Order: sequence, then structure tokens, then C-alpha cells
Amino acid sequence: METHLDPISLINLIFLFVIAIFLGVELISKVPSILHTPLMSGSNAISGITIVGALLAVGLTPGSALCTALGTLAVIFATVNVVGGYLVTDRMLRMFKAKPTGEKK
Amino acid sequence: MSLTIFITICYIISSVLFVIGLKRMSSPVSARKANQLSAVGMLIAIVATLLTRGMMEWQWIAFGLAVGTGIGILAATRVAMTSMPQMVGLLNGSGGLASFIVGWAAYHYQPESSLLTTISTYLAVLIGGVTFTGSFIAWAKLEEKFVTGKPILFAGQKIVNSLLLGALIVGGIIFCLHPDPADNYPLFVAIMVLSLILGVMVVIPIGGADMPVVISLLNSYSGMAGAATGFVIINSMLIVAGSLVGASGIILTRIMCKAMNRSLTNVLFSGFGSVTKKAASEVKGEAKAISVKDAYYVLEAARSVVFVPGYGMAVAQAQHAVRELGKILENNGAEVRYAIHPVAGRMPGHMNVLLAEADVPYDQLFEMDAINPIIDTIDVAVVIGANDVVNPAARHDKSSPIYGMPIINVDKAKTVFVLKRSMRSGFAGIENELFYYDNTRMVFGDAKETVQALIAEFKSV
Repeated sequence: METHLDPISLINLIFLFVIAIFLGVELISKVPSILHTPLMSGSNAISGITIVGALLAVGLTPGSALCTALGTLAVIFATVNVVGGYLVTDRMLRMFKAKPTGEKK
Repeated sequence: MSLTIFITICYIISSVLFVIGLKRMSSPVSARKANQLSAVGMLIAIVATLLTRGMMEWQWIAFGLAVGTGIGILAATRVAMTSMPQMVGLLNGSGGLASFIVGWAAYHYQPESSLLTTISTYLAVLIGGVTFTGSFIAWAKLEEKFVTGKPILFAGQKIVNSLLLGALIVGGIIFCLHPDPADNYPLFVAIMVLSLILGVMVVIPIGGADMPVVISLLNSYSGMAGAATGFVIINSMLIVAGSLVGASGIILTRIMCKAMNRSLTNVLFSGFGSVTKKAASEVKGEAKAISVKDAYYVLEAARSVVFVPGYGMAVAQAQHAVRELGKILENNGAEVRYAIHPVAGRMPGHMNVLLAEADVPYDQLFEMDAINPIIDTIDVAVVIGANDVVNPAARHDKSSPIYGMPIINVDKAKTVFVLKRSMRSGFAGIENELFYYDNTRMVFGDAKETVQALIAEFKSV
């Protein structure tokens, strides 16, 4: 696992971090309150992106049994987060229906 | 080199899909596709990561993915819609825990790293740990398992928490500035343990009805933990995705706090509702009860009806019965709406999901700001398991703990029915003067049974 952060890449990453936060704020402000629960579980699934770190922790730490074990655990939890989050969000969003047009009087 | 570039391009595509996914969440029409897009983005990110040169231990990767997928599918398909706050709490927690473990593994594998990496690792472990145990306690409180849903307060709590936080900060500084980080393993372990304890300590003083704020905040933390992990493994996509989620949590937290007219500090530290304050202004008059039969006559004649659901509806699992009554009223010629306060329930949007589950079309779901201007034209407002969010004291009684909180002004409707088990006060322990208003009628009993009895009345005609 590559873990040597130098000041230049740090500044670039912070740059990205700040811009992404502002982008996130802009995007989320437009979500209506009726969708707040699915928004939360859906964005929660996105936070499972830490699975990338987990996979690298298993795959790129040769010779360390503890790292393999830790990484595997992390993969399990992150996968639960991702799979559970997306599926449960889909289950909720499937339920949101507009009024069937035929029913209107 | 070309492989690295390919992987990076995949990461860019994933990030874009996450952004589009969140953007299209802005309408119930496009939201489902949006979520699927976002999931595709995640799949691309995972596959691209697996292509990284030098990956090994495939059996463990496969094992982890399989077990996690199995648990995820089981949990997502089995959970009841009423338990969605607990589910989101647990998902937050598992994301936090994953970041926490990744931080640990990164340190264990390569303790002697640059200062900046050490700081990032520290943050990933700290935020991940707090998210994990905090979410777990939030879940336990919502389930009322192991701990009570009420705030847990003890003497010197703030001092203990400040000491804990101080120890973590000082420990962090020593940890990061130590010339040889490899010697720091005991300190690192201490930081991990203290982070986990801090997560417990910050959530136990918070009461059940404040959970929408806590869940939103933990959602934000789980994103931030992911972003911190991104700094550890130097991965831009983790930072983008993590900060998008972090921002979403911040916004929801702010909306929830605003809907309660309280600051975040007040929610987090005051143990609101733990002290049952005596209502400052004595409520005068007598609550007037009404029988189901009489309530039926009023509803039968009503041209417009608004249902105002609260956590009580979730507890009684009354959403399907409410929907059925709503349909009957519609067929009877009344205009039916559902008015939802932003903090009704135990998480943002909780009531909307329950009503959607019961097949209520979303164009009948009204936000507080949409219903209040027309509330005085409504014949009957039916309050089901909501209390503090319809207490008119919030508008005029400066001594009331909920003064200033925006409420749904049901008292301005021509008639108000309050479906309630008893005269017990709400979560905040505040008398609700609405019950004593001239246009209010109390329908005592279990919310679901009452609604079903009303349905039976309509059907018997």
C-alpha cells in the first residue's frame, strides 16, 4: 500500500476535498425532504467507498497476516455498507409512486 | 503505468456517477435510476481497484466480498420500513468501522510514514472509531436494547467528555510528532480505544427524539472517515466520495436542527427532555374526548382532511390503516393530504418512507411549509402519534422549551382530532395546550385500532 503523502499531493487532495464538499452541499440542498431517508441511505452507501482502501489493505500488504485479517474484516464491513445501503435505498425508492393518472377525478 | 492511468480513469468515471446519482436524487421520478447509477459507479470503483498491479490474497478478498454481500442482501431485504433509522444507523457504523480498520492496517503495515500520512491515519481511526461506536449506540437506543432511549446523564459528564477529547487531541499530537512513529504502537492502540469510547460517550446523553440529528451527523462522519482514509492511501476518489457524503450529512443535520429551532451544540450536549420541566404556563380547561362514532360523523362530512403523522404512527405500525382511511375519505369526496414535519419520526424523511410503503402517492405528501399557508381551509386535521411538532406553545409561549420551533399549525384547522393513547406528554415532557383547544377532540386508544375502527364505521354504512 502506497502511504507516503508529500506536501504537494496533500495540497492537491485538500483542494479536491474542499471543492467536493461545496459540490456536495449544492447537490444535496436540492433534494426535497420527502426523499431525505433514501438520500441518507444512498449517500451512506457511497461512503462505503472506503472498500477501496479495504481491498488494498488485503491485497497490497504481503507478508503481514494481521493486515490480511484486518483488511478482510474491513472488506466485509465496507461491503455490507455498500450492498446493504444501495439495496435498501432501492427498496425504498421503488415505493415512491406518483398518483396513477387514471385514478384522478 | 498505463494500468494506473486506466484505473484512475475508472475512478473519475465512478466519481462522476456518484455526483450524477446525488443530483438526480432531487426528484422522486428520477431517484431510483439515480441510486442505480451510483451503484454502478461503486461497482466500477471496486473492479478498478481489483485490477491494481500486485494484488494478492485473492481468496481473502473473495471471502470478504462474499460474506459482506450476503449480510448486506439479508439485512436490506429483511428490514421493516419502520426500522429504517436503525438500519441506516448500522450501515453508518459498518462504514465507520471499515475506515477505522483500514487506518489500523495502514499503520500496522507501514508505521514509519510521512508526517502527513500519520496525521491522516490518526484522523481516519478517530472519526471511523467515533462513527462506529456512536452508530452502534444510536441503534441500541432506537431499538431500546442494552440502553434506554432516554438521555443518559451523570454528574461530571461534560468534564469526562472534555478530558476524553483532550486526551485524544494531546495523544494525537504526540503520535504525529514523534520522530519514530514505529515506537508508537501502544499510543496508537490507546488512541483507537479512546476513539471508540468517545463515540459511546457522545451519543448516550442524546434522547430518542433527537435521533434525526444524530443519525444525520453520523452519516456525515462516515463520509468524513472515508475521506480521511483517502488521504491515508492517497486516493482522490475516496476523498471526493467521502466529502460528498460528509456534505450531505452536514446539510441534513442543519435542516434537522433548524426544524427544532435548536443549535447543534444544544442537541449534542444538553440532554434535552431528560428533565421534565413543569409547564410554565398552567394549561387551562379540559381536554374533550370524542368517540369513534362521533369522529366518523365529522370525517364523513369533511371536504378536506390532513393527516399529521408522528413517531407514534411508526410505533403502532398504523401507516397502512391510515392509507386505507385516506382512500375511503377520498372516495367520499374529501381532499386528503398528509402533512409531514421535518423531524417527525426518528430520522429525516422517516414518515415519508412509511407512507410511501403504504402506497400513498408522493404528490399527497406535503412539507410543513407547504401545508401551513392553507391549513385554515382544512376541515379536519388528524394528528396520529405526533405531539411536540403540533404544539402551539412553540409559537407564543416564550417560557416553553420548544418556543420558536416551527410547527404544523393544526390548531388553525376547523377541527383537530388527536389520536393518542393517553394524556401523557410528548418526548420533550411538555404539556400540549393543543389538547385543550375548543376545536380539538381527543380520540383515545391505540392509533392503529382507532383508525381501523373508523374504517369499519365507514364500511358499515
